[in-house]
Amino acid sequence: MTFVAKPQIHHPSLRRNDLGLTRRDYEGSVSTLCAGCGHDSVSASVVQACAELSLPPHRFVKVSGIGCSSKTPSYFLNKSHGFNSVHGRMPSVMTGANLANRDLMGIGVSGDGDSASIGLGQFAHIVRRRINMLYLVDNNGTYGLTKGQFSATNDKGSTSKKGIPNLYEPIDLVSMALQLGASFVARSFSGDKKQLVPLIKAALKHKGMAFIDVISPCVAFNNHVGSTKSYEFTRDHLDTAVNADLILTSPEVTADYEEGAREDVAMPDGSTLRLYKLDADYDPHDRVGALNYVQKMQEEGTVVTGLLYVDTDPVECHDIMGTVKTPLAELTEKELCPGSKVLDSINKSFR
Amino acid sequence: MKSANDIMLNDFVIRFANVNGSGSASANGMFAKALFRMGIPVSTRNIFPSNIEGLPTWFEVRVNDRGYLGRREGVDIMVAMNAETFEEDVNSLLPGGYLVYDNSKELPKSLLRPDINLIGVPISTMLLSEFSIQKQRNLFKNITYLGVLAGLINIEFEIITGMVSTQYKGKDDLIEPNIRALEIGRNYALKYLDAPIRFQVKRSDKVGDKIFVEGNEAAGLGAVYGGASVCAWYPITPSTSVAEAFEKHANKLRIDLETGDKNFAIIQVEDELAAIGVVIGAAWNGARAFTTTSGPGISLMSEFLGLAYFAEIPAVVWDIQRSGPSTGMPTRTQQSDLIGAAYASHGDTKHPLLFPTTPKDCFDFANLSLDLADRAQTPVLVMSDLELGMNQNLSDPFKWDDSAKYDRGKVLSAEDLEKLDSFGRYLDVDGDGIGYRTLPGTHEEKGSFFTRGTSRDEYAVYTESPEAYERNMKRLEKKWETIKTLVPEALITMNGSRMGVLYYGTTALPMPEALDLLAEDGIILDQCHVRAFPFGAEVSKFVADHEIIFVVEQNRDGQMRTLLINELEVDPAKMRKVLYYAGLSISANNIHRQISEYFDQNNIAKVSEVKS
Repeated sequence: MTFVAKPQIHHPSLRRNDLGLTRRDYEGSVSTLCAGCGHDSVSASVVQACAELSLPPHRFVKVSGIGCSSKTPSYFLNKSHGFNSVHGRMPSVMTGANLANRDLMGIGVSGDGDSASIGLGQFAHIVRRRINMLYLVDNNGTYGLTKGQFSATNDKGSTSKKGIPNLYEPIDLVSMALQLGASFVARSFSGDKKQLVPLIKAALKHKGMAFIDVISPCVAFNNHVGSTKSYEFTRDHLDTAVNADLILTSPEVTADYEEGAREDVAMPDGSTLRLYKLDADYDPHDRVGALNYVQKMQEEGTVVTGLLYVDTDPVECHDIMGTVKTPLAELTEKELCPGSKVLDSINKSFR
Repeated sequence: MKSANDIMLNDFVIRFANVNGSGSASANGMFAKALFRMGIPVSTRNIFPSNIEGLPTWFEVRVNDRGYLGRREGVDIMVAMNAETFEEDVNSLLPGGYLVYDNSKELPKSLLRPDINLIGVPISTMLLSEFSIQKQRNLFKNITYLGVLAGLINIEFEIITGMVSTQYKGKDDLIEPNIRALEIGRNYALKYLDAPIRFQVKRSDKVGDKIFVEGNEAAGLGAVYGGASVCAWYPITPSTSVAEAFEKHANKLRIDLETGDKNFAIIQVEDELAAIGVVIGAAWNGARAFTTTSGPGISLMSEFLGLAYFAEIPAVVWDIQRSGPSTGMPTRTQQSDLIGAAYASHGDTKHPLLFPTTPKDCFDFANLSLDLADRAQTPVLVMSDLELGMNQNLSDPFKWDDSAKYDRGKVLSAEDLEKLDSFGRYLDVDGDGIGYRTLPGTHEEKGSFFTRGTSRDEYAVYTESPEAYERNMKRLEKKWETIKTLVPEALITMNGSRMGVLYYGTTALPMPEALDLLAEDGIILDQCHVRAFPFGAEVSKFVADHEIIFVVEQNRDGQMRTLLINELEVDPAKMRKVLYYAGLSISANNIHRQISEYFDQNNIAKVSEVKS
């Protein structure tokens, strides 16, 4: 475990965002994960994305299940409340949190054991309910805390540290999210912050279910030769369909990307989601096409990353339910209690 | 067999034997409601199969002017409309009882008993000539026997015709044929039968301002009044109608008049695990939230209940109990989830339970449970059952005090936090074992903390320190002591006896009658109607002050008795089991029989014997 105390004082050279806050204001406590763990890079990307978007750091709810990934909400946004719930059940707790207060931004962090095994049902159902949130999976294909058992996202034939191959078919959460109605689906790699940070920013701005599967190698149990979720394997087998950037104001952030087909998508809050299509034929607004593409590339042994699908006119659960704009948690007796007079007439109806 | 001097006025049990899905529920319901509207106390019991169509179903109405609402054994009038159960139905009649049946086809004589009154009515034959459509002929059988009964026992006919008109308002073409079918039945009874029979009804004044409603409806409505704004649930008999009632009433009472938006959210989730997860997430984030389930759901929710206990998050769970174990008899009543609910989850966990007896209790406990969960920051389970939840029961009317405020417990606002130098979520500031919590998003800088099911210190920081763990567990124990002072007290009646009877929930319904029957035998008992777990000081004293306590309940293992023995550390020998668990509700006769037998077998002197 890394245990380096973080200095309390902000370095004067740290850039301040529109709220006058630096990246340090978005950090959490010191990570207790293994040095080099992909999950820490994901947490750092969340910190960077939230800071760059100038989001108020106390207006989030961070919910997780159980496992290495589920520890990570401690490591970012420590001005917000976090909830480390039970194994595989982040989605139901997040659903409740979102129903209670629609104004708070939800970040759910889960792992592959959490979301693809014990919590597969809850994963499927929160996606189809279209809860407005960022659903991050730190996907390392293994159970870290219990010392390296295969998880359900582990590829068939991929070997454990002891050299034993996985005999069973993998579950692809990205394909499931596409099929079940997520309005924003992406995959990235913890080692590629250049791609991951903009994706997280776009997901946070997305009004609906935004799902990002992040391949996040486990340095302790799944980073050896023979593993298909190691740093080396992932880097060698990546293929990017669409990169994204979220443009809030000028100047445009375009320099980092190679030339390719560009597409600007207007976001509901006036910002622009700029897509860089590395495969010119790829259409990120076609759910079925995205599903086909991901599956086809998977057959070829390629992990497609980037923004795979975005619905430009998304619907979220509160729209479906028709709930009031005020957070339910803020309603008082005035809105909630119909009063004694109404009750008298209800009593009459039972006579 | 009828003689003028043995007329039973407003005092009998009638049972309708029908086929599930034949449309009998509506006619049977009207029968009970008509008597209720005549001012006569009635209680209903729907004995139905776990099936959509085709299996036997019974509907029983206890009519009793003295207000005895518990089940009484034996049937006085049997309306036998199901050929499949005919023999069984005939046999369930008490001697001198009346069998109302369709004699359009001749029945084998062997099925009929000489000691009962036979009232054959050619229902099918009469409907054959009256209605041309086969579907109508079948459907109107029910309303026709209702007409026959009106004639046989003197129900005020305008009340029934009035109900038919109300029921089919908007489908006016159904009113005339229904009333015609009613009249066919009634006219036949008056013309060809020896009506009225020995069992009769007469307008009474015993109902007063009472209402007639199902416990689940009361619970759902109560949750609307109690300020629940999130309900998550998964369908399971017999709890489903709680969520349905909440939604129905909320859709009328919780709509923003300007925008039409809903001031509530209800969600039917994928399973009971998700249901309790949603409730916990919503309550953690500041909403009043509840779920409703039955025994199997409690089993599934157990892990989450332990989390909410340990992480100290309010949650309300309605458990409408049914017969277990496993799927058991899913459409029969029982009080067999007590231990499972009280100690649900692994590790040292315990949860407050509330025991409603009447629909009024269900209404009141809906708000009370939300208050208690918020105040104690812990899950609260309301232990209703099928008997109370799914049957129409006579109840005091619901009341609401408009000056009442919801008790949201110890929640710090942004202003509160502003004044604090430091905040420790699990600090026992007030010495009652309950810390102060903050809701997400409250303050820019202060009050955020990490909620977890793992051990932590007073400042919500993860720790594996043995001392910190033990301090926390001890504080939770202190909180448990506080909860004992927050739950509704037991209702205690002292008659100066050295023996007591203790009961709870729907077992309280037959108690007035059972106590009267016992008193006739010279057995006078002190009474303790327990309304909550953990037990308050008054229950503890009641148990300590009596030599023998009869614990009356509806399960095999004496679960309340176990809780009493375990929590109060009393001698099991003085706690006597009085049990019934075969799926119907416990009857006064049964309670009377078991307690009397104990007196006889142990040669205990009764009051009458002492006096003489």
